[in-house]
Amino acid sequence: METQELLDRIAINVVQGRVEAEDEGFDEGFENQPAVIELVEEALENGISPSDILIKGLTSSMTVVGEKFETGEYLIPDMLASAEAVGAGMDILTPHLLKAGIESKGKFVIATVSGDLHDIGKNIVAIMLKGAGYEVVDLGVDVPASRIIETVKKHNAPYLGLSALLTTTMRNMDEVIDGLKEAGLRNQTKVCIGGAPTSQDFADQIGADKHCNDAFAVLDWLKAAA
Amino acid sequence: MNDFRNGTIVKPHERLNQEQINRLHSTSMAILADPGIWCYNQRAADLFKQHGATVWQEETPASPCWRVQFPPELITDSLKKAPSRIILGARDPANRLEIDAEVPRVYFGSGSETNIWLETEMEEHISRSDDSVIRKLPVFTKKRGSAELLCRAAHLCEQLEHLDFFIRPVNIQDPDVNEANHDVNKFFASLNNITKHVQAGLTKLESLKDVIKMAEIIAGGPDRLRENPLISFIACVFKSPLQLVDDTADKVFDIVEKTGLPVVISSSPQGGSSAPIQETGMVAQINAEILTGITLTQLIRPGTPVLYGSVAVRARLDDLHDLYGCPEFNQYNNDCAQLARYYKLPCYSSSGVSNAQTPGMQATFEKLYTHLYMAMSGAQYIHYSFGLLDRTNTFCPVQAVLDNEHIGLIKHCLRSPVIDQETAGEAVAMIKKVMTTSHRLFTRHTRKPVRAGIVSQPYRFETKTMHDTVIEKGLEYMAELEARPVRHLDADTVNEIYNKIPGLLPRLKQSC
Repeated sequence: METQELLDRIAINVVQGRVEAEDEGFDEGFENQPAVIELVEEALENGISPSDILIKGLTSSMTVVGEKFETGEYLIPDMLASAEAVGAGMDILTPHLLKAGIESKGKFVIATVSGDLHDIGKNIVAIMLKGAGYEVVDLGVDVPASRIIETVKKHNAPYLGLSALLTTTMRNMDEVIDGLKEAGLRNQTKVCIGGAPTSQDFADQIGADKHCNDAFAVLDWLKAAA
Repeated sequence: MNDFRNGTIVKPHERLNQEQINRLHSTSMAILADPGIWCYNQRAADLFKQHGATVWQEETPASPCWRVQFPPELITDSLKKAPSRIILGARDPANRLEIDAEVPRVYFGSGSETNIWLETEMEEHISRSDDSVIRKLPVFTKKRGSAELLCRAAHLCEQLEHLDFFIRPVNIQDPDVNEANHDVNKFFASLNNITKHVQAGLTKLESLKDVIKMAEIIAGGPDRLRENPLISFIACVFKSPLQLVDDTADKVFDIVEKTGLPVVISSSPQGGSSAPIQETGMVAQINAEILTGITLTQLIRPGTPVLYGSVAVRARLDDLHDLYGCPEFNQYNNDCAQLARYYKLPCYSSSGVSNAQTPGMQATFEKLYTHLYMAMSGAQYIHYSFGLLDRTNTFCPVQAVLDNEHIGLIKHCLRSPVIDQETAGEAVAMIKKVMTTSHRLFTRHTRKPVRAGIVSQPYRFETKTMHDTVIEKGLEYMAELEARPVRHLDADTVNEIYNKIPGLLPRLKQSC
């Protein structure tokens, strides 16, 4: 397959939200055809540069996905499927990009705080961030403040996202931010929080940088912060 | 012609057990045996007598009246002659309805001949305490029903995807409409603006031949009309309690003898005034009345397609008006649906009437309460379901649009479950796959069922702010629907109708 055709097919499959060959697309007729994983591997084998695959195949097509979402043609699951496809492509590309000296948009540590097992919103944010080119370090749920702080320190992460769904556990975000301050990391790490009971008032109260209602708000915030 | 509208086949909610059904049946038979009925139509009385009923003329009433007492066999033998399966035709054959007493396939339609059309507009209101607060609120205007509004209603109902059949929701009260031309104009205004099944009562017996002629022209001839009965009739033959009406009985004779088209035999007693308010008495009485009417049709012509028409209501006790959206309404009418199923007769039932005068929370509650429950009853043909307010006195088009949304979601809710080996295998495979991902989200797997319509859509008129905008959004959607082209009859058909049928209003032709 020619380089341009291969990149176009990667882009189409991102728009279709297809990670691997067995996935259905948004439109009919894609089943069992190579999807993002197979096509990215083929592109690397064909010697296409990782940065071309990244920019011309994976990330540029997310603009199309965003437009389709804006017009109502796509729903959240379609958007997430596309972001997931980009993320799967990024997993394959990352070592090649690093070799070529190309950095990700930045490391983003994300966690649901101690005492809380809810993670749907947090997972959606993680998928979207990965799809947007961030390196996501997802610590999962019920994560103690000490572990979050250690991870931020270890990765020298510029971004941290904290999630909580309970009024009883949202207070534990406070402990994380205090811990960052004590560890001398607060100035180098921007913190956003989210989850149903949280608000911008609460973010201000505990000293977080931003409250985000959803994954789109996180991306907007990152864009503004960049 | 094998296509029909997709009704919703439900698993019927059975309020009554078999013993209770038998009890209600035997109570109806006991009522028909003694006291029997008060029959004000001599032909009907003679026909009943000829088939074994005990008949004698009452001495006292001013109008001639015959008392008729029925042996149970006369009723039950007649019921066996009525078909269980009826096809209701339509201008567009894809809009035909398959009504089968043994299949709880539910259809919803409009009704029923209100005098008031309630127009709705949004108006801006400024808060007295804070003039920066401006709210759009609905303002309602009552209009007298007219032929033009009936055309508009038919066109709107054509566009409402969950409305399966059309009974005119507004009466025509134009100055140039009289008893003689009422029927032809109401049927023409309907048929020229909707391609779904059209059903109505007959105002004047003498109009029947012109109405049939009109339908034959539209269908493509007499035989084609019988194959595709795009109109049918409603005959409320009983004035409760237990009085068979002379005029309506004559209409039943003519409809059955001369047309062969389907007819609803309906009764609408009011529990607490024209029937007992207690469930047993109400249901046994309405059942006796409907069965007598159906018996009459089968004695006139065995095999006449007929629907068991139950519109059981109860009185409110502060003013003795009908009370809709109440538990008894559901109980009575669910019982009737079960009785119709017991007799293997297709059931014409009711849901969606509100006591409220305008759209709003009360109307929504009362309508949904009966829409859902009566759909669950498995009655095949549910009328009254779109736009009725102020009991059955007002038709509000935007309310019909809101009802369409409710009914769509109810139809979706009552779809048969698809749980089988295939879906079970798919479920396990999907769960295994998702559990291998870091996010453990099933969102990717919602895409296909959403696009296939297996997953419902959110409420179309949902409000996402602190200010309720449901009616405003309903009006916007109604404007879209009304702007769509009208599916008129073709010009040749209209010309032929106007050449052959007297009494049609010229302006109805010009508007097509």
